[in-house]
Amino acid sequence: MPELVHTGVMKKLINSPQDVVREELEGMEAAHGDRLRINYDPVYIVRKDAPVKGKVGLVSGGGSGHEPMHGGYVGTGMLDAACPGPVFTSPTPDQMYEASKAVNGGAGILHIVKNYTGDVMNFDLAKEMLQADGIVVETVLTDDDVAVENSLYTAGRRGVGLTVLMEKLLGAAAEQRMGLGEIKKLGEHIRGSGRSMGMALTPCTVPHAGKPSFELPDDEIELGIGIHGEPGRRRVKLASADQITEMLMEPILSDIPFKKGDEVLVFVNGMGGTPLVELYIIYRRAAQIAEKFGLKIVRNLIGPYVTSLEMAGTSITLLRMNDQLCKLWDAPVDTPGLRWS
Amino acid sequence: MEAFELENARSWIKAAALLIAKNSRMLTELDTAIGDGDHGENLMRGFKAVEKKLETAPPSADLAGLFKLVGMALLSSVGGAAGPLYGGFFLALGKSCAGKTNLSKAELGEILAEGLADIQRRGKAQLGDKTMVDAFAPALQAFRASPDGDLAGALGAAAEQARQSAEATIPLQARKGRASYMGERSIGHQDPGATSSWLLLQALASACKPAP
Repeated sequence: MPELVHTGVMKKLINSPQDVVREELEGMEAAHGDRLRINYDPVYIVRKDAPVKGKVGLVSGGGSGHEPMHGGYVGTGMLDAACPGPVFTSPTPDQMYEASKAVNGGAGILHIVKNYTGDVMNFDLAKEMLQADGIVVETVLTDDDVAVENSLYTAGRRGVGLTVLMEKLLGAAAEQRMGLGEIKKLGEHIRGSGRSMGMALTPCTVPHAGKPSFELPDDEIELGIGIHGEPGRRRVKLASADQITEMLMEPILSDIPFKKGDEVLVFVNGMGGTPLVELYIIYRRAAQIAEKFGLKIVRNLIGPYVTSLEMAGTSITLLRMNDQLCKLWDAPVDTPGLRWS
Repeated sequence: MEAFELENARSWIKAAALLIAKNSRMLTELDTAIGDGDHGENLMRGFKAVEKKLETAPPSADLAGLFKLVGMALLSSVGGAAGPLYGGFFLALGKSCAGKTNLSKAELGEILAEGLADIQRRGKAQLGDKTMVDAFAPALQAFRASPDGDLAGALGAAAEQARQSAEATIPLQARKGRASYMGERSIGHQDPGATSSWLLLQALASACKPAP
Protein backbone atom coordinates (compact mmCIF):
# COMPACT_ATOMS: atom_id res chain seq x y z
CA MET A 1 0.00 0.00 0.00
CA PRO A 2 1.43 3.44 -0.84
CA GLU A 3 2.48 5.55 2.07
CA LEU A 4 0.15 8.44 2.78
CA VAL A 5 1.83 11.63 3.92
CA HIS A 6 0.10 13.97 6.39
CA THR A 7 -3.23 12.21 6.04
CA GLY A 8 -6.12 14.30 7.24
CA VAL A 9 -4.23 17.59 6.96
CA MET A 10 -4.14 18.20 3.22
CA LYS A 11 -7.45 17.95 1.42
CA LYS A 12 -7.04 19.00 -2.20
CA LEU A 13 -8.44 18.18 -5.61
CA ILE A 14 -5.13 16.96 -6.98
CA ASN A 15 -3.78 13.65 -8.21
CA SER A 16 -0.24 13.97 -7.00
CA PRO A 17 1.75 16.98 -5.70
CA GLN A 18 4.42 16.52 -8.41
CA ASP A 19 1.85 16.68 -11.22
CA VAL A 20 -0.07 19.76 -10.11
CA VAL A 21 1.40 22.33 -12.50
CA ARG A 22 1.62 20.06 -15.55
CA GLU A 23 -1.94 18.81 -15.15
CA GLU A 24 -3.20 22.34 -14.60
CA LEU A 25 -1.55 23.37 -17.88
CA GLU A 26 -3.02 20.38 -19.68
CA GLY A 27 -6.43 21.51 -18.43
CA MET A 28 -5.81 25.06 -19.61
CA GLU A 29 -4.74 23.74 -23.00
CA ALA A 30 -7.92 21.65 -23.23
CA ALA A 31 -10.06 24.62 -22.24
CA HIS A 32 -8.33 27.49 -24.05
CA GLY A 33 -6.41 25.81 -26.85
CA ASP A 34 -8.17 28.11 -29.30
CA ARG A 35 -6.36 31.12 -27.77
CA LEU A 36 -3.25 29.74 -26.10
CA ARG A 37 -0.38 27.49 -26.97
CA ILE A 38 1.41 25.68 -24.18
CA ASN A 39 5.00 24.58 -24.38
CA TYR A 40 6.01 21.89 -21.89
CA ASP A 41 9.80 21.83 -22.15
CA PRO A 42 10.66 24.39 -20.99
CA VAL A 43 7.26 25.38 -19.64
CA TYR A 44 5.61 28.53 -20.96
CA ILE A 45 2.24 29.75 -22.24
CA VAL A 46 1.97 32.02 -25.30
CA ARG A 47 -0.94 33.52 -27.18
CA LYS A 48 -1.70 31.44 -30.20
CA ASP A 49 -0.95 34.17 -32.73
CA ALA A 50 2.53 34.86 -31.29
CA PRO A 51 4.79 36.42 -32.35
CA VAL A 52 2.71 39.46 -33.35
CA LYS A 53 4.79 41.38 -35.87
CA GLY A 54 5.72 44.92 -34.86
CA LYS A 55 4.25 44.60 -31.35
CA VAL A 56 6.25 44.74 -28.13
CA GLY A 57 6.16 41.27 -26.55
CA LEU A 58 4.96 41.32 -22.94
CA VAL A 59 6.29 38.47 -20.81
CA SER A 60 5.62 37.80 -17.17
CA GLY A 61 5.94 34.82 -14.91
CA GLY A 62 6.16 33.62 -11.37
CA GLY A 63 5.36 30.72 -9.15
CA SER A 64 2.11 28.85 -9.75
CA GLY A 65 -0.66 29.07 -7.18
CA HIS A 66 -1.73 32.66 -7.99
CA GLU A 67 -4.18 31.74 -10.76
CA PRO A 68 -5.45 33.30 -12.88
CA MET A 69 -2.15 35.23 -12.68
CA HIS A 70 -0.09 34.95 -14.90
CA GLY A 71 -1.09 32.25 -17.39
CA GLY A 72 -4.74 33.28 -17.33
CA TYR A 73 -3.77 36.75 -18.52
CA VAL A 74 -2.17 35.60 -21.76
CA GLY A 75 -4.14 36.75 -24.77
CA THR A 76 -5.13 39.73 -26.90
CA GLY A 77 -4.79 42.98 -24.98
CA MET A 78 -2.72 41.60 -22.13
CA LEU A 79 0.33 39.29 -21.94
CA ASP A 80 2.03 37.61 -24.88
CA ALA A 81 3.60 34.95 -22.69
CA ALA A 82 3.68 33.70 -19.13
CA CYS A 83 6.19 31.38 -17.45
CA PRO A 84 4.72 29.36 -14.60
CA GLY A 85 7.13 28.02 -11.99
CA PRO A 86 6.34 25.29 -9.49
CA VAL A 87 3.83 26.34 -6.82
CA PHE A 88 5.13 29.54 -5.15
CA THR A 89 8.55 29.11 -6.75
CA SER A 90 9.97 31.37 -9.41
CA PRO A 91 10.33 29.89 -12.89
CA THR A 92 13.81 29.45 -14.37
CA PRO A 93 15.74 31.62 -16.86
CA ASP A 94 15.52 29.08 -19.69
CA GLN A 95 11.70 29.33 -19.57
CA MET A 96 11.79 33.13 -19.71
CA TYR A 97 14.41 33.07 -22.47
CA GLU A 98 12.46 30.67 -24.70
CA ALA A 99 9.12 32.37 -24.01
CA SER A 100 10.58 35.78 -24.86
CA LYS A 101 12.01 34.45 -28.12
CA ALA A 102 8.65 32.88 -28.99
CA VAL A 103 6.85 36.24 -28.71
CA ASN A 104 9.53 38.44 -30.21
CA GLY A 105 7.75 40.35 -32.97
CA GLY A 106 10.76 42.55 -33.65
CA ALA A 107 9.67 45.51 -31.47
CA GLY A 108 11.44 44.37 -28.31
CA ILE A 109 10.45 42.49 -25.18
CA LEU A 110 9.16 43.80 -21.87
CA HIS A 111 9.46 41.67 -18.74
CA ILE A 112 6.92 42.43 -16.01
CA VAL A 113 8.49 41.18 -12.80
CA LYS A 114 7.12 41.08 -9.27
CA ASN A 115 9.74 42.22 -6.78
CA TYR A 116 10.56 38.90 -5.14
CA THR A 117 14.19 37.87 -4.82
CA GLY A 118 13.82 34.73 -6.91
CA ASP A 119 11.72 36.27 -9.66
CA VAL A 120 14.11 39.21 -10.02
CA MET A 121 17.26 37.07 -10.16
CA ASN A 122 15.84 34.58 -12.69
CA PHE A 123 14.47 37.32 -14.96
CA ASP A 124 17.84 39.12 -14.75
CA LEU A 125 19.61 36.01 -15.99
CA ALA A 126 17.09 35.57 -18.81
CA LYS A 127 17.58 39.19 -19.81
CA GLU A 128 21.35 38.68 -20.00
CA MET A 129 20.82 35.62 -22.22
CA LEU A 130 18.42 37.49 -24.54
CA GLN A 131 20.69 40.51 -24.80
CA ALA A 132 23.52 38.19 -25.78
CA ASP A 133 21.29 37.20 -28.72
CA GLY A 134 20.83 40.85 -29.67
CA ILE A 135 17.20 41.06 -28.49
CA VAL A 136 16.18 44.34 -26.85
CA VAL A 137 14.68 43.72 -23.40
CA GLU A 138 13.33 46.10 -20.79
CA THR A 139 12.03 45.30 -17.33
CA VAL A 140 9.28 46.83 -15.22
CA LEU A 141 9.09 45.82 -11.56
CA THR A 142 5.99 45.88 -9.41
CA ASP A 143 6.59 46.60 -5.72
CA ASP A 144 3.28 47.91 -4.44
CA ASP A 145 2.97 46.19 -1.06
CA VAL A 146 2.90 48.81 1.69
CA ALA A 147 3.06 46.09 4.35
CA VAL A 148 6.82 45.98 3.88
CA GLU A 149 7.63 48.97 6.04
CA ASN A 150 11.38 49.15 6.10
CA SER A 151 12.55 48.32 2.62
CA LEU A 152 16.14 49.19 3.55
CA TYR A 153 16.43 46.08 5.71
CA THR A 154 14.41 43.72 3.56
CA ALA A 155 14.42 42.55 -0.02
CA GLY A 156 12.21 45.57 -0.76
CA ARG A 157 8.49 45.87 -1.23
CA ARG A 158 6.76 42.91 -2.80
CA GLY A 159 4.87 42.99 -6.06
CA VAL A 160 1.26 41.98 -5.41
CA GLY A 161 -2.15 43.18 -6.67
CA LEU A 162 -0.82 46.00 -8.85
CA THR A 163 0.76 43.36 -11.10
CA VAL A 164 -2.57 42.38 -12.69
CA LEU A 165 -3.45 46.05 -13.33
CA MET A 166 0.03 46.59 -14.81
CA GLU A 167 -0.40 43.61 -17.13
CA LYS A 168 -3.81 44.85 -18.33
CA LEU A 169 -2.76 48.46 -18.88
CA LEU A 170 0.58 47.74 -20.56
CA GLY A 171 -1.04 44.94 -22.55
CA ALA A 172 -3.51 47.43 -23.99
CA ALA A 173 -0.69 49.88 -24.74
CA ALA A 174 1.32 47.20 -26.56
CA GLU A 175 -1.76 46.11 -28.52
CA GLN A 176 -2.06 49.72 -29.73
CA ARG A 177 1.57 49.45 -30.90
CA MET A 178 3.10 51.75 -28.31
CA GLY A 179 6.90 51.45 -28.55
CA LEU A 180 9.10 49.71 -25.98
CA GLY A 181 10.57 52.89 -24.49
CA GLU A 182 7.15 54.46 -23.99
CA ILE A 183 5.68 51.29 -22.52
CA LYS A 184 8.55 51.08 -20.07
CA LYS A 185 7.95 54.71 -19.06
CA LEU A 186 4.23 54.09 -18.64
CA GLY A 187 5.05 51.02 -16.54
CA GLU A 188 7.26 53.09 -14.25
CA HIS A 189 4.45 55.64 -13.91
CA ILE A 190 1.98 52.89 -12.93
CA ARG A 191 4.54 51.43 -10.52
CA GLY A 192 4.73 54.78 -8.76
CA SER A 193 0.96 55.30 -8.70
CA GLY A 194 -0.36 52.08 -7.15
CA ARG A 195 -0.23 50.64 -3.64
CA SER A 196 -1.61 47.48 -2.00
CA MET A 197 -2.10 45.82 1.36
CA GLY A 198 -3.36 42.31 2.12
CA MET A 199 -4.54 40.14 4.99
CA ALA A 200 -5.27 36.47 5.62
CA LEU A 201 -7.97 34.72 7.66
CA THR A 202 -6.36 31.31 7.07
CA PRO A 203 -3.03 30.02 5.79
CA CYS A 204 -2.76 27.89 2.67
CA THR A 205 -1.13 24.53 1.98
CA VAL A 206 1.51 24.13 -0.71
CA PRO A 207 0.86 20.68 -2.25
CA HIS A 208 4.39 19.32 -1.85
CA ALA A 209 4.73 20.75 1.68
CA GLY A 210 1.55 18.94 2.71
CA LYS A 211 0.77 21.17 5.65
CA PRO A 212 -0.35 24.76 6.19
CA SER A 213 2.20 27.50 5.56
CA PHE A 214 1.66 28.96 9.03
CA GLU A 215 -0.42 28.36 12.13
CA LEU A 216 -3.17 30.82 12.93
CA PRO A 217 -5.41 30.59 15.99
CA ASP A 218 -9.16 30.71 15.27
CA ASP A 219 -9.55 34.24 16.62
CA GLU A 220 -6.54 35.86 14.92
CA ILE A 221 -5.72 37.21 11.46
CA GLU A 222 -2.46 37.94 9.63
CA LEU A 223 -2.07 41.51 8.51
CA GLY A 224 0.34 42.47 5.72
CA ILE A 225 0.71 39.17 3.93
CA GLY A 226 2.30 38.68 0.55
CA ILE A 227 0.95 36.19 -1.96
CA HIS A 228 3.00 33.11 -1.17
CA GLY A 229 1.39 31.87 1.99
CA GLU A 230 4.11 33.55 4.00
CA PRO A 231 3.08 34.91 7.37
CA GLY A 232 2.30 38.61 7.54
CA ARG A 233 3.92 41.52 9.26
CA ARG A 234 1.84 41.23 12.37
CA ARG A 235 -0.94 39.22 13.87
CA VAL A 236 -4.05 40.87 15.28
CA LYS A 237 -7.35 39.77 16.78
CA LEU A 238 -10.14 38.92 14.35
CA ALA A 239 -12.19 42.03 13.61
CA SER A 240 -15.25 43.00 11.57
CA ALA A 241 -15.05 43.43 7.79
CA ASP A 242 -15.32 47.21 8.21
CA GLN A 243 -12.50 47.31 10.74
CA ILE A 244 -10.28 45.09 8.59
CA THR A 245 -10.97 47.30 5.55
CA GLU A 246 -9.86 50.32 7.60
CA MET A 247 -6.66 48.52 8.63
CA LEU A 248 -5.90 47.89 4.95
CA MET A 249 -6.91 51.29 3.56
CA GLU A 250 -5.12 53.48 6.10
CA PRO A 251 -1.53 52.47 5.22
CA ILE A 252 -2.36 52.57 1.48
CA LEU A 253 -3.80 56.09 1.59
CA SER A 254 -0.97 57.52 3.64
CA ASP A 255 1.75 55.92 1.54
CA ILE A 256 2.14 57.67 -1.84
CA PRO A 257 0.33 59.68 -0.42
CA PHE A 258 -2.97 59.85 -2.24
CA LYS A 259 -4.48 63.35 -2.37
CA LYS A 260 -7.98 64.72 -2.13
CA GLY A 261 -9.44 64.87 -5.64
CA ASP A 262 -7.37 61.97 -7.01
CA GLU A 263 -9.13 59.68 -9.45
CA VAL A 264 -8.51 56.04 -8.55
CA LEU A 265 -9.12 52.46 -9.53
CA VAL A 266 -10.04 50.35 -6.49
CA PHE A 267 -9.19 46.67 -6.78
CA VAL A 268 -10.51 44.35 -4.07
CA ASN A 269 -8.82 41.01 -4.57
CA GLY A 270 -9.76 37.63 -3.14
CA MET A 271 -6.87 35.41 -1.98
CA GLY A 272 -8.52 32.24 -3.31
CA GLY A 273 -10.73 31.02 -0.47
CA THR A 274 -12.85 34.10 0.11
CA PRO A 275 -16.25 34.32 -1.59
CA LEU A 276 -17.42 37.32 -3.60
CA VAL A 277 -20.07 38.11 -0.99
CA GLU A 278 -17.29 39.02 1.45
CA LEU A 279 -15.27 40.88 -1.18
CA TYR A 280 -18.27 43.12 -1.88
CA ILE A 281 -18.62 43.82 1.85
CA ILE A 282 -14.96 44.87 1.81
CA TYR A 283 -15.49 46.98 -1.34
CA ARG A 284 -18.50 48.69 0.25
CA ARG A 285 -16.39 49.99 3.12
CA ALA A 286 -13.37 50.75 0.90
CA ALA A 287 -15.57 52.92 -1.32
CA GLN A 288 -16.95 54.77 1.73
CA ILE A 289 -13.43 55.41 3.03
CA ALA A 290 -12.23 56.56 -0.40
CA GLU A 291 -15.16 58.93 -0.75
CA LYS A 292 -14.68 60.38 2.73
CA PHE A 293 -11.01 60.93 1.90
CA GLY A 294 -12.03 62.85 -1.20
CA LEU A 295 -11.01 60.30 -3.83
CA LYS A 296 -13.07 59.74 -6.96
CA ILE A 297 -13.40 56.06 -7.87
CA VAL A 298 -13.39 55.94 -11.67
CA ARG A 299 -12.86 52.19 -12.19
CA ASN A 300 -12.97 49.08 -10.03
CA LEU A 301 -12.16 45.40 -10.08
CA ILE A 302 -13.52 42.89 -7.58
CA GLY A 303 -12.72 39.20 -7.49
CA PRO A 304 -10.00 36.57 -7.09
CA TYR A 305 -7.40 37.78 -9.60
CA VAL A 306 -4.13 37.27 -7.67
CA THR A 307 -4.56 34.33 -5.36
CA SER A 308 -2.59 32.29 -2.83
CA LEU A 309 -4.02 28.83 -3.44
CA GLU A 310 -6.99 28.34 -1.07
CA MET A 311 -6.03 31.06 1.39
CA ALA A 312 -8.98 33.00 2.77
CA GLY A 313 -8.37 36.72 2.85
CA THR A 314 -8.25 39.81 0.73
CA SER A 315 -6.01 42.55 -0.55
CA ILE A 316 -6.86 46.06 -1.61
CA THR A 317 -5.01 47.93 -4.35
CA LEU A 318 -5.47 51.61 -5.16
CA LEU A 319 -4.14 52.98 -8.43
CA ARG A 320 -4.16 56.67 -9.25
CA MET A 321 -5.75 57.02 -12.70
CA ASN A 322 -5.77 59.56 -15.51
CA ASP A 323 -7.51 59.76 -18.89
CA GLN A 324 -4.85 57.71 -20.64
CA LEU A 325 -5.01 54.93 -18.03
CA CYS A 326 -8.82 54.87 -18.11
CA LYS A 327 -8.76 54.45 -21.90
CA LEU A 328 -6.20 51.66 -21.65
CA TRP A 329 -8.24 50.00 -18.89
CA ASP A 330 -11.38 50.08 -21.06
CA ALA A 331 -9.62 48.73 -24.16
CA PRO A 332 -10.72 45.24 -25.24
CA VAL A 333 -9.06 42.29 -23.53
CA ASP A 334 -9.55 38.64 -24.35
CA THR A 335 -7.82 36.25 -21.95
CA PRO A 336 -9.05 33.30 -19.87
CA GLY A 337 -8.88 35.41 -16.69
CA LEU A 338 -9.98 38.85 -17.86
CA ARG A 339 -12.26 39.51 -20.79
CA TRP A 340 -14.27 42.46 -22.07
CA SER A 341 -14.81 44.15 -25.39
CA MET B 1 45.71 14.00 0.08
CA GLU B 2 47.13 17.10 -1.55
CA ALA B 3 45.09 17.76 -4.68
CA PHE B 4 41.43 18.02 -5.55
CA GLU B 5 40.88 15.75 -8.57
CA LEU B 6 38.14 15.60 -11.19
CA GLU B 7 37.01 12.36 -9.55
CA ASN B 8 36.58 14.19 -6.21
CA ALA B 9 34.40 16.76 -7.93
CA ARG B 10 32.19 14.01 -9.37
CA SER B 11 31.89 12.39 -5.93
CA TRP B 12 31.08 15.79 -4.43
CA ILE B 13 28.10 16.26 -6.72
CA LYS B 14 26.84 12.72 -6.09
CA ALA B 15 27.24 13.14 -2.33
CA ALA B 16 25.47 16.50 -2.48
CA ALA B 17 22.51 14.99 -4.35
CA LEU B 18 22.27 12.28 -1.70
CA LEU B 19 22.57 14.63 1.29
CA ILE B 20 20.03 17.08 -0.15
CA ALA B 21 17.56 14.27 -0.83
CA LYS B 22 18.02 12.88 2.69
CA ASN B 23 17.50 16.29 4.26
CA SER B 24 14.93 17.79 1.91
CA ARG B 25 12.12 17.47 4.42
CA MET B 26 14.23 19.25 7.07
CA LEU B 27 15.10 22.06 4.64
CA THR B 28 11.46 22.46 3.67
CA GLU B 29 10.45 22.62 7.34
CA LEU B 30 13.03 25.32 8.05
CA ASP B 31 11.76 27.21 5.01
CA THR B 32 8.14 26.82 6.07
CA ALA B 33 8.97 28.61 9.32
CA ILE B 34 10.39 31.76 7.72
CA GLY B 35 9.94 31.42 3.96
CA ASP B 36 7.56 29.67 1.68
CA GLY B 37 8.27 26.03 2.33
CA ASP B 38 9.88 24.94 -0.90
CA HIS B 39 13.65 24.97 -0.39
CA GLY B 40 14.05 21.21 0.11
CA GLU B 41 11.78 20.30 -2.76
CA ASN B 42 13.45 22.78 -5.13
CA LEU B 43 17.00 21.65 -4.37
CA MET B 44 16.05 18.00 -4.59
CA ARG B 45 14.50 18.59 -8.00
CA GLY B 46 17.65 20.47 -9.02
CA PHE B 47 20.12 17.80 -7.99
CA LYS B 48 17.98 15.12 -9.61
CA ALA B 49 18.28 17.13 -12.84
CA VAL B 50 22.03 17.34 -12.28
CA GLU B 51 22.32 13.57 -11.80
CA LYS B 52 20.30 12.95 -14.94
CA LYS B 53 22.57 15.29 -16.91
CA LEU B 54 25.67 13.53 -15.52
CA GLU B 55 24.29 10.16 -16.63
CA THR B 56 23.31 11.24 -20.13
CA ALA B 57 25.98 13.79 -21.11
CA PRO B 58 29.44 12.67 -22.23
CA PRO B 59 31.80 12.76 -19.21
CA SER B 60 33.41 16.18 -18.71
CA ALA B 61 37.09 16.27 -19.60
CA ASP B 62 37.97 18.98 -17.08
CA LEU B 63 36.66 20.66 -13.94
CA ALA B 64 35.37 23.63 -15.95
CA GLY B 65 33.13 21.36 -18.01
CA LEU B 66 31.82 19.49 -14.99
CA PHE B 67 31.03 22.62 -12.94
CA LYS B 68 29.38 24.28 -15.94
CA LEU B 69 27.15 21.27 -16.48
CA VAL B 70 26.14 21.27 -12.80
CA GLY B 71 25.53 25.03 -12.79
CA MET B 72 23.40 25.04 -15.93
CA ALA B 73 21.34 22.07 -14.73
CA LEU B 74 20.63 23.81 -11.39
CA LEU B 75 19.89 27.12 -13.12
CA SER B 76 17.25 25.57 -15.35
CA SER B 77 15.57 23.37 -12.76
CA VAL B 78 15.62 24.89 -9.25
CA GLY B 79 13.88 28.25 -9.67
CA GLY B 80 13.30 30.55 -6.73
CA ALA B 81 16.33 32.39 -5.42
CA ALA B 82 18.30 29.22 -4.81
CA GLY B 83 18.44 28.40 -8.55
CA PRO B 84 20.38 31.47 -9.68
CA LEU B 85 22.45 31.49 -6.49
CA TYR B 86 23.63 27.86 -6.50
CA GLY B 87 23.57 27.65 -10.31
CA GLY B 88 25.69 30.80 -10.49
CA PHE B 89 27.96 29.42 -7.74
CA PHE B 90 28.89 26.34 -9.77
CA LEU B 91 29.27 28.37 -12.98
CA ALA B 92 31.66 30.65 -11.08
CA LEU B 93 33.62 27.64 -9.79
CA GLY B 94 34.16 26.51 -13.37
CA LYS B 95 35.30 29.86 -14.73
CA SER B 96 38.99 29.55 -13.88
CA CYS B 97 39.28 25.76 -14.26
CA ALA B 98 39.51 25.48 -18.05
CA GLY B 99 41.68 22.51 -18.98
CA LYS B 100 42.34 21.65 -15.34
CA THR B 101 41.68 18.22 -13.89
CA ASN B 102 43.09 18.91 -10.44
CA LEU B 103 43.51 21.82 -8.05
CA SER B 104 45.85 22.51 -5.16
CA LYS B 105 44.36 23.47 -1.81
CA ALA B 106 45.08 27.13 -2.52
CA GLU B 107 43.45 26.90 -5.96
CA LEU B 108 40.38 25.19 -4.53
CA GLY B 109 40.18 28.00 -1.96
CA GLU B 110 40.34 30.53 -4.78
CA ILE B 111 37.51 29.05 -6.82
CA LEU B 112 35.34 28.63 -3.72
CA ALA B 113 35.95 32.31 -3.01
CA GLU B 114 34.85 33.14 -6.56
CA GLY B 115 31.72 31.05 -6.03
CA LEU B 116 30.94 32.87 -2.80
CA ALA B 117 31.55 36.23 -4.47
CA ASP B 118 29.03 35.30 -7.16
CA ILE B 119 26.41 34.43 -4.54
CA GLN B 120 27.02 37.76 -2.80
CA ARG B 121 26.94 39.75 -6.04
CA ARG B 122 23.67 38.18 -7.20
CA GLY B 123 21.98 38.09 -3.81
CA LYS B 124 23.44 41.40 -2.57
CA ALA B 125 23.77 39.81 0.86
CA GLN B 126 26.25 40.75 3.57
CA LEU B 127 27.45 38.65 6.46
CA GLY B 128 24.73 38.65 9.13
CA ASP B 129 21.77 39.06 6.75
CA LYS B 130 20.69 35.47 7.59
CA THR B 131 21.50 33.88 4.24
CA MET B 132 23.76 31.27 2.61
CA VAL B 133 26.63 33.73 3.05
CA ASP B 134 26.54 33.24 6.83
CA ALA B 135 27.50 29.58 6.46
CA PHE B 136 29.75 29.95 3.43
CA ALA B 137 31.97 32.86 4.40
CA PRO B 138 33.12 31.53 7.82
CA ALA B 139 33.58 28.07 6.29
CA LEU B 140 35.85 29.47 3.61
CA GLN B 141 37.88 31.26 6.29
CA ALA B 142 38.25 28.02 8.22
CA PHE B 143 39.36 26.25 5.04
CA ARG B 144 42.02 28.84 4.32
CA ALA B 145 43.24 28.90 7.91
CA SER B 146 43.82 25.13 7.90
CA PRO B 147 47.37 23.90 7.27
CA ASP B 148 48.45 23.23 3.69
CA GLY B 149 49.03 19.64 2.68
CA ASP B 150 45.91 18.30 4.37
CA LEU B 151 43.08 19.04 1.95
CA ALA B 152 40.70 16.55 3.56
CA GLY B 153 41.34 18.05 6.99
CA ALA B 154 40.77 21.58 5.69
CA LEU B 155 37.47 20.60 4.05
CA GLY B 156 36.42 18.82 7.23
CA ALA B 157 37.13 21.99 9.21
CA ALA B 158 35.18 24.05 6.68
CA ALA B 159 32.16 21.75 6.87
CA GLU B 160 32.20 21.80 10.67
CA GLN B 161 32.43 25.60 10.66
CA ALA B 162 29.53 25.78 8.17
CA ARG B 163 27.42 23.57 10.46
CA GLN B 164 28.09 25.80 13.46
CA SER B 165 27.59 28.98 11.47
CA ALA B 166 24.30 27.74 10.02
CA GLU B 167 23.12 27.12 13.58
CA ALA B 168 24.33 30.57 14.52
CA THR B 169 21.80 32.11 12.10
CA ILE B 170 19.02 31.23 14.58
CA PRO B 171 19.15 34.50 16.57
CA LEU B 172 19.60 36.67 13.45
CA GLN B 173 16.91 38.81 11.83
CA ALA B 174 16.63 38.18 8.08
CA ARG B 175 17.45 41.12 5.84
CA LYS B 176 17.39 39.45 2.45
CA GLY B 177 15.03 37.11 0.63
CA ARG B 178 11.52 36.18 1.54
CA ALA B 179 12.28 35.71 5.23
CA SER B 180 13.09 39.43 5.48
CA TYR B 181 9.37 40.24 5.17
CA MET B 182 8.80 38.67 8.57
CA GLY B 183 10.95 41.28 10.28
CA GLU B 184 11.65 40.35 13.90
CA ARG B 185 9.57 37.23 13.56
CA SER B 186 12.38 35.67 11.52
CA ILE B 187 14.45 35.58 14.72
CA GLY B 188 14.59 32.17 16.41
CA HIS B 189 14.70 30.07 13.24
CA GLN B 190 17.68 28.56 11.43
CA ASP B 191 18.13 29.90 7.92
CA PRO B 192 17.31 27.26 5.27
CA GLY B 193 19.80 28.70 2.76
CA ALA B 194 22.66 28.65 5.28
CA THR B 195 21.65 25.08 6.11
CA SER B 196 21.73 23.87 2.50
CA SER B 197 25.11 25.59 2.06
CA TRP B 198 26.38 23.58 5.01
CA LEU B 199 25.07 20.38 3.37
CA LEU B 200 26.93 21.22 0.14
CA LEU B 201 30.18 21.77 2.05
CA GLN B 202 29.57 18.62 4.10
CA ALA B 203 29.22 16.72 0.80
CA LEU B 204 32.46 18.28 -0.45
CA ALA B 205 34.29 17.17 2.70
CA SER B 206 32.93 13.63 2.49
CA ALA B 207 33.91 13.37 -1.18
CA CYS B 208 37.53 14.13 -0.31
CA LYS B 209 37.84 12.00 2.81
CA PRO B 210 40.57 9.37 2.39
CA ALA B 211 39.21 5.82 2.40
CA PRO B 212 39.56 4.28 5.90
